[in-house]
Amino acid sequence: MQRFTSALFLLGLGLLITAIFQHMDFTGTLPIAGDAINAAAAQQTGAANFVTAVVLGYRGFDTLLELTILFTAATAGGLVLGKPRAGAKHDPQAGFILRAGADLFFPLLLVVGLYIIVHGHLTPGGGFQGGVILAVAFFLPLLARPGTPMSHKAVSLIEGLAGASFILIGLLAMFGGEAFLTPMLDKGQPGELLSAGSLPLLYIAVGLKVGSELAGLLAHMAATEASDA
Amino acid sequence: MEWLALVIVIVTLTSAVAVLLLKDFLAALAAFSVVSLGMSVLFVIVRAPDVAMTEAAIGAGLSSLLFALALRRLGLWRSKD
Repeated sequence: MQRFTSALFLLGLGLLITAIFQHMDFTGTLPIAGDAINAAAAQQTGAANFVTAVVLGYRGFDTLLELTILFTAATAGGLVLGKPRAGAKHDPQAGFILRAGADLFFPLLLVVGLYIIVHGHLTPGGGFQGGVILAVAFFLPLLARPGTPMSHKAVSLIEGLAGASFILIGLLAMFGGEAFLTPMLDKGQPGELLSAGSLPLLYIAVGLKVGSELAGLLAHMAATEASDA
Repeated sequence: MEWLALVIVIVTLTSAVAVLLLKDFLAALAAFSVVSLGMSVLFVIVRAPDVAMTEAAIGAGLSSLLFALALRRLGLWRSKD
């Protein structure tokens, strides 16, 4: 029975892929949106990195929903894992190499993560990538010294404030008579650090939110005791 | 540049098959990480640095970490030998 359903699934997948391949022209280009954005993004948003211009300038609302999805996933993960038993034993402390490496890497990862977030509108990368690096930076010391308490209150405070400020920046645009999350402020010279108006502020909010959320989730997973199986 | 892409595609596909075939969960996890790493290099070659960074940070780094922690939680961390 299982084999039959697997075969049926494969057959359906094959049919789907053949249908897609027959109806899509992969050799030709679909330049309509891309060319328009290449031509207009620098003047309209002031961002040197056009991916950021799309993610935050043209499609800011999508990014907000993306953050919501991530939040839901992290919350669900925390819920499924539950609280660790009282008196559950911690892992033994890690070896010398991991401890020394964690001490060395923590400031480096912190700087790299913040750099990627702050330069999101200039170079590749941005809030999501930098946020993940920040989360890993704060998880490393926990990996090296299990049992170190991590302030979940501070983490959720940062997460909530970052998420609220993202929405607040969007609402501020509405006070100016524009649509929700319309880029505001002076666009400046594309390529300068202080340019692209409110996009860097939005990316900082995204980076802090993603970072604190994932750091909280990782700390939560590390704190749960290992199954005895 | 083409031979580099070819090498990376072969490595990526081999590790993808290895993920399915390896009996040891931790080894499969390492192979899974290699798949993500190969993909991110491929993204750099086709000039999509943004996607490459996301793949390297989230695919190779964070999700492997999450999987490793989940394996530990489920008690599948150590191979049975």
